[in-house]
Formats: sequence, structure tokens, C-alpha cells
Amino acid sequence: MSLFLVLQIMPVIDVENLTDLEKAKMEVEQLKKEVKLERAVVSKCCTEFMEHVQGLVEEDTLVKGIAEDKNPFKELKGGCVWRMRRTEAVAVDMALLERTFRLHLTANRSLFKATAVCIKRQLSEKASSKIKDASSSEASDHILYSPEHFALKETLKKIVDQEINPHVDKWEEEGMFPAHKVFKILGNAGFLGVNKPVEYGGLGLDFSYSVAVAEELGNINCGGVPMAIGVQTDMATPALARFGSAELKREFLLPSIMGDKVACLGVSEVGAGSDVASIKTKAVRKGDELVINGGKMWTTSGTQADWMCLLANTSDGPPHKSKSLICLPMNSPGIHIARKIDKMGMRSSDTAEVFFDDVRVPCQNIIGQEGMGFTYQMLQFQEERLWGVANILTMMDKVIQETVGYTRQRKIFNMPVLYHQAVHFRLAELQTEVELLRSLLYRATGMYIKGQDVTKLASMAKLKAGRLAREVGDSCLQYWGGMGFTSDVLVSRFYRDARLMSIGAGADEVMLGIICKYMDTMPRK
Amino acid sequence: MLCTPILSTTHTHIFSLSQIRVKPDHSGVVTDGVKHSMNPFCEIAVEEAVKLKEKKLIKEVVAVSCGPTQVQETIRTALAMGADRGIHVEVSGKDYETLGPLQVSKIMAALAKKEEAQLVILGKQAIDDDCNQTGQMTAALLDWPQGTFASEVAIEGDKMKVVREIDGGLETIQISMPAVITADLRLNTPRYATLPNIMKAKKKKIANVKPADLGVDLTSRIQILSVNDPPQRQAGVKVETVDDLVAKLKETGRI
Repeated sequence: MSLFLVLQIMPVIDVENLTDLEKAKMEVEQLKKEVKLERAVVSKCCTEFMEHVQGLVEEDTLVKGIAEDKNPFKELKGGCVWRMRRTEAVAVDMALLERTFRLHLTANRSLFKATAVCIKRQLSEKASSKIKDASSSEASDHILYSPEHFALKETLKKIVDQEINPHVDKWEEEGMFPAHKVFKILGNAGFLGVNKPVEYGGLGLDFSYSVAVAEELGNINCGGVPMAIGVQTDMATPALARFGSAELKREFLLPSIMGDKVACLGVSEVGAGSDVASIKTKAVRKGDELVINGGKMWTTSGTQADWMCLLANTSDGPPHKSKSLICLPMNSPGIHIARKIDKMGMRSSDTAEVFFDDVRVPCQNIIGQEGMGFTYQMLQFQEERLWGVANILTMMDKVIQETVGYTRQRKIFNMPVLYHQAVHFRLAELQTEVELLRSLLYRATGMYIKGQDVTKLASMAKLKAGRLAREVGDSCLQYWGGMGFTSDVLVSRFYRDARLMSIGAGADEVMLGIICKYMDTMPRK
Repeated sequence: MLCTPILSTTHTHIFSLSQIRVKPDHSGVVTDGVKHSMNPFCEIAVEEAVKLKEKKLIKEVVAVSCGPTQVQETIRTALAMGADRGIHVEVSGKDYETLGPLQVSKIMAALAKKEEAQLVILGKQAIDDDCNQTGQMTAALLDWPQGTFASEVAIEGDKMKVVREIDGGLETIQISMPAVITADLRLNTPRYATLPNIMKAKKKKIANVKPADLGVDLTSRIQILSVNDPPQRQAGVKVETVDDLVAKLKETGRI
């Protein structure tokens, strides 16, 4: 009987006689395995972080200067994933390189390099395929917008087409639009608080989403309704959202975002427009109440509003430190809506002149710190101006397109108006300037959401928008001829509505002053 | 209280209401590059299904659409409105061009049996072909009761009360579940998908199914002979008096 021992034959490695090359090859194999394990761990961490980030919806992103990695929605676009993959690729890269250098340099260097390069290429290919995954087909080339922005715009377009545009002509004639009804529809769909905190009903997104909304609202066939919406979302409420107390926010901000309360902004007065520092409305402290006397002018939605964000003097002192923002309910006794102003354009937006006759309001209604009203108001101007630019750009596009359509079918001297070189060349010039302004808008918005101060660029954009809108309106109206002069067409309404852009929300001259300040060309004292 | 899945078809993936042009060979209308969207009556159907789920009367809403890959966008819209998951029945090319109510209802019947659905809600008709047949055919194939042109739907125990819009006014019927309902205009107002819901919808599942897997034969019993533009509207003629009008009508042989 013989005993069969089955021996497992193992390849015998003759360690002594291994060449450096073979040793190196083995080490590279070993490293590859380790790299794989490390990558797996890092990937797992990445995925978990991404899931955590996507679950996060309750971060207030309004306060500027917030650290980028704390802002969930900024990362959502996949930029986070891409950045992480890149970092991971670089990190593992470095580890691999480091270790290969520790090996015998007498070994086949090109083999190492080849292997390292191979792995590096593999990693970078993985990274670049992740970039492709992160950005979808339609939005992959947009400088500012992600698929989420486009999804938002699509829903808003449906609302504009179904709930707003069919009624615009009627509202223009009546001189008012039903703000409560329209704002409720928008509020239900989440459009009145796009960059407001989630705990008050907002979406907690960054300003680029507000710009997307502003652009889409430019599809409305008038200027008045988007202007009123802009007041609600980006003029009367930002300071409250940022600096107001929790009770104030619950009473005024939450219903404004839900669309239940209409807001208006009380800053300009009969005697003070561009010179905001010289407003005269006073809010004098008596006990724990403020007694307000004075008046406000050019109050958009003033006849329908439930509350006003009021800028008033609360102390005597240097003009930039003596004003406060106050939340004022519009049904308070002593408030008189003196008249609804009859305007050349923006007719569907009601604009009121308001008087205050010993109006009493609790002192807690002051937003933030007393005396900081002027500063708070200034802070939100950048957003206000970029919003206006986004809005009017879409309108300008529309007017140019409609002019192309009209002049193509309208014939003079036996050929379409459009075929005359002066016409199509001029439209090309206008379209060029529109695109230039759009680039400035996206550039300023991109910088702003990273936390930079874009006052100069925003002022430049608003200045250009106002002037370009006048040119577009004027030139296109000319090509519409007699038809353009009638009330039946969009171009005449645009001509009237867009004229306000150079006047309101900071007149052209004020914009020029700001730009000169940044250029340091103002007369020195 | 019923805890059952319901199927809601968003089959109709129709052309958006912009320029429609007839193909040069008169075999149909041009569909390349035309934006497609969900049939309005199907939107109302989805909204009703989501409402029933919110009232906790049904457990799960499944949105179904038949067609090429683009219909997935339509299913995503339904998911963003509140459906739980989607089923995309892949039909493309020649089969899609000849896809009609009979084929769709066969698919719906097969799916309803497979998913053990208690309720199938569809739009009453597609606004591109105005057939108004799919719901009725589906009910017949399944041998289920049907409540068509519903302007009001209420689930009471294991029965449904449906108010139907008919020529003479409104008719209220009681049918037992499982049943097929088709949605009419006044059933509800569909909600707008909010951004958070659109983002949630991205994570919801859309299953891919082929008609062959369901044992459905897609051959069409109908052949389209030709499609033509409606005649151009001619200019009218103005007349001064009623007598003139009568004379003119007699002259042109209208009376």
C-alpha cells in the first residue's frame, strides 16, 4: 500500500536570482492591487457623501461668504463628484508615483513609466467619464445652468403660457393684474422663494436659479407682471430673509413665499428718488411702538399689497446710519393710498402713492439692526439689478424674433422688408449686443454665487440693459412701421415698458456714478 | 380601505401645439424635431391618481407610456407629479407609426393583469387623433367595468362612484373594482411639478418592457391611405341686406 500524498505544487520563486525587472514587475502588480483597494474606499466615501449632500435640503445659502462645501445645492450639479474624483485620481497618482520611485532605479524605468501612465490614464479616463455623467446632454455646454435650472424653467414656462399670458392684454387695459391670484399659483409651484430659506417655504437654492426664473419670466408679454413678481421675490424680501427675526419672518416672509401675502417696497419718495439718503419719512419711537409719518412714491403693487418693506428714518444722525427697514402691514390705520398712478408703460402693474399719517407699528417690526436699513437695502441691489437684466434680455430676444417674423412676411417695394440689407444688418447688430450683455450677466452671476462682490459688473449690466432695450425697442418699432405704432402688437408695449429700465431701480446716471467710483475717476475732495 | 396599485397611462405622447405640417408623401404628419408632451387628458388622469394616493385610498401609482425612448421624458413628468414608478413599453419605428388604440389597450390589459392593478385611469382621448377608444377597449379586453368621461370619482369600499359627463348632462354610476376610468376635462386641475419633486423623480424607477414580453401582437388592422391639410379658408363676401344674402346663397347653389 503506497501512500499518495498529493502535494500542491507551488511555483517556486527563486528569490535570489530575480532580476530587478522582475522584482519591479511584481511590485507594480502589488501596487496595482493596493491602488484598486484604495480607489474602492475613496469611491465609497464619495458616493456616501454625494448621497448625504443630495439629502440635505435645509441649508440657508443666502448669507454671503458661506463656505462652498457647506452649500449643498452648489455641489449637486455633480461638480462635487467631479472634484472628488479628480482629487482622488491625483492622490492615488501621487501615491503610485512615490512608491515607484522608491524602487530600484536600475530597473526598467520605461516599464514603470508605462505602467504609471497606463494607470494614470485609466484613472483620468474614469474621471472624465464621471464628468460626462455629471452633466447631461442638453445642458452640458451651458456656462451657468444645469439640468435642474432647465427643469425649473420648463415648469415656469408652462405656468406663464397657461395662467399668465392669456390674460395679459386684459390686465394691461385694466391697469392692474390680480396679484394675489397670480402669486398664489407661483407660490404653490415654489417660484416665489427660489433663493429663500427652506424653513420658510423657499427652495434654498443659489442666485443662479433666481436668474433662471427671471429669464423665464421675460416670456410674459408685458413688463408690469414680471416687475411685480421681481419686487415680491428680490426687492422687498431679501433683507427680511437675511436679517429679520424669526417672528418677523414667520409673519411676513413665509406668507410672501407661499404667495398668500403680496409685498411692496417703500423706498422712493416724492422728494427723493436717486438720492435715497435724503428720504424724509420718519419713524419715531414712542414706548415700544414706532410712529410713522411721511409718504412713499412709485410703490409697485402698492394698491394690492398686504405689507410694505419700508425704509424710514429712525434716528437723527449721519444719513447713511439713521435709517431702518420696517415691516409695515398695509391695513394699519393711518395709511392712505393717495392714488394709483397712470403710467406710460408697465400698465398691468399698479403703482401707488402712499401717505403715512401717524401710523403705529411695533418696534419688533424693524428688520435686523436699527440704523442699518440703508446698508441692508444697498446689499440687495446687486441681485435686484442682475434680476432686471436677466428679465429684459429674454424680452429683447422676443422682440427681435417677432420683428424678424413680421418683416419677413411684410412686403415693400416687391420684396419682404427683411430682405433690405439695412434691416437684417441692424437686427444682427442688435442681436450681437444682446448676446454680449447676456455674457456679462452670466459672468457676474457666476462670480456672485461664489461670494464675490459684483457691484461694478452688475451696475454695468443694468446700465447697458436699459440703454440697449431703448435701442432695440426703437429700431424694431421702426421696422414694424405703422403696425408698430398700434396697441395690437408686442413691440409698442415693449417700447413703453422697457423705457423704465433706465430710470427705475437705479437710474443710468446712478449706475455711471458707481462705475466711476470703481474706476476711481470721481472728482477727489 | 383599499391598498392596491393603480395604473395610470400616459401613453399619449403628443405633438406640442405648434406648426403641424403634413409629410410630402401624405402618409402622416412630420414628427421629427417636433416637441412632444403629455396629452392634457392624461395629465388630468395622473393628477387624479396622485390625489387618490394622497387620500390614502390607493397604495401605488404606476405611470405607463408606450413608444420610443422620448416617452421617458413624459413618464418623468408623471413621476414629478407624484407617480411612484414608471413602465416604458418600448415601441419604435414602423410599429410606433401604426400604434393605435387597439394595440395600446392590449398592452394596458396585459400590464394591468401582470401588475394586479385594481384601477386603470386614462385620459378620455388623445388630442392628436381624438380616438376616444383606448379606455373602452381596455375595459372590454379585461372584462372590467368602465367609468368613462369621469368628472368626479369617489372610492367607497370596494365600489366606485363615477359622475360622467354625457350629452344630456351628468350621469352617476356605481361600478365595482377593478375598473377602468377615463378622465374628462373637469375632473381636476393638474398640479405644476415643483423643482424638489422633479429632482425626486430622477431617482424613481422606470422599468423597460417590450410588447412581445407581454404577449401582445402589434400588427395594425388599419392602414392609413392619406393625410391631407384641411382646405385653405377662402375669403368671404359681404352683403348689404338679408335679401342680398338669400340671393347670393341661391346663386352659389347652397340652398
